Formats: sequence, C-alpha cells, structure tokens
Amino acid sequence: MPGNPALTEATYYILLSLHRPCHGYGIMQQTEELSGGRVRLAAGTLYGALNSLCDKGWIVLEAADGDSRRKEYRLTDKGREILVREVKRLKELARNGEMILGEEL
Amino acid sequence: MERKTLTRWFWVWQFEKEEEWLNAMAADGWVLESVGFCRYTFIRCEPGTYTVRTEMHPYDEEYVKFMEETGAEYIGRMMMWIYFRKKTEDGVFDLYSDIDSRISHLDRIGKVLTAVGGANLLIGLANSFHSGARVGGVNLLCATLLMYGLGRIHGKKEALEKERELHE
Repeated sequence: MPGNPALTEATYYILLSLHRPCHGYGIMQQTEELSGGRVRLAAGTLYGALNSLCDKGWIVLEAADGDSRRKEYRLTDKGREILVREVKRLKELARNGEMILGEEL
Repeated sequence: MERKTLTRWFWVWQFEKEEEWLNAMAADGWVLESVGFCRYTFIRCEPGTYTVRTEMHPYDEEYVKFMEETGAEYIGRMMMWIYFRKKTEDGVFDLYSDIDSRISHLDRIGKVLTAVGGANLLIGLANSFHSGARVGGVNLLCATLLMYGLGRIHGKKEALEKERELHE
C-alpha cells in the first residue's frame, strides 16, 4: 500500500501502550484501560501482532532492566514515527467528521 | 477428584463446534483436563468457572509461556491443535479479537490441509498406477475429504473477508 496505510485498532493500541517498555500482559491491560474497556486484545491476536511488529522493526523484544529473565517489548524510533503519523491521520479524520457533522455531534 | 473420559470425533472444519461442546461441558461442571486422539478427559469443577479455547498452532513454547502469563492454563495439544482454559472470574477469554487474526488462523489450517491433502493425492495417484486402484483409493479418499475440509475453511475465510471490507 502506498503512503501511510491506516493501522488496525490493535496495532495502534499496541504501539501506544509501548510508550513505556512493557510485557505482553501489560499491553493487554494498558489497551483496555486506555480505551475505557472498549478494546480488548485477545492473547493470540496480540502474540501474532507483536511478532509481525518485531519483524517490521517497529518494536523490539529485550531483556527488562535489572531482570534478564523477564522480557519486555520496546518501541523503536521507526515505530514511534509510524505512531505519530497515525495520530495525525486520525486527527484529520476526526476534524473532517466534526466539520461536516458538527451540529449533530 | 472425579474424572470422566469421552470419545468424540470432530472434523477439522468443526473446530468451533468442538470448542462450543467443551464450553458446554465446563458450564455443566466438567472442565477439560487432557486431550488425546478423539479422547477428552474432564475433571469436576464448579459449573461455569472455566472458559476453554482451542486453535491450530504449530509447536511454540514461547507462545504457551505467553498465554500462561496472561492467566490462561495450558491443557495440552493433539496433532496441531492446542487447548487452553481460563477461570471465568479472571475475565473474558478469547484467542482472537480481530478479523485479521481470525483469517490468519484459517490460513494456517488451510496450509496444513493443503499439504496433507496434496501428499495424499500424490501417494494415492502413485499407488493407483503401481499397485492397483484399491491401494491408492484410501489415499485418494483422504485427499478428497481434506480438499472438502479446505473448501469449508475457505468459505469461513471468505465470510470474514467480506466483513473486513467494512470494518476491522
């Protein structure tokens, strides 16, 4: 897909949850909390998404600080860039929706 | 603890039905404890205290560890199918929460069916030529059945893809 394709809701919330390094279960909790319980990531979906985000180089899996047995996911510079771009895109969508439906909202 | 073992056969395209049955058992007070070939062993539990899920997943220890971290319990695996359960009090338990990952699950099943079905087809044809129709017939029957399964899985996939055209 050319330019900047939209992220899925799952990808968006995973990247957003990783503003601080986090382990898998933490991402599930953060997503649910951030979305006020609306978005729940199922573990299988999350696992698949994390693997493909690692493959793309948007996130990395590293040993957590001070505990080499525990691993955490961390957002890379590229991942952060994608996330910022997506927020801008979403702003545009929301702005246009508000402009046209303004009175109904 | 009271246990019972039941024998049940599910075709590969009936995995949702299998899961429904396992959850009906759990709602009845029998939660899945181990799986074998067409054999399901259940242990007594408080009715409705567990949700059971199954999926096709290649062997991956990391995945099982990941699931356990999220509070799911690994029950076991049979062929390429893996079984988990989770206490209902620990929240809703699903393996997939979006259309994309449901489609990739169906793709995984489709790939295995294609590989096994294709192998049966080749063996069946080779045997038919060399040893006569009866020997090759078994493989050809298997191949036909697997291809039928592939069709059913493909149908499920198409329905999801249609849904995805409008929303994720």
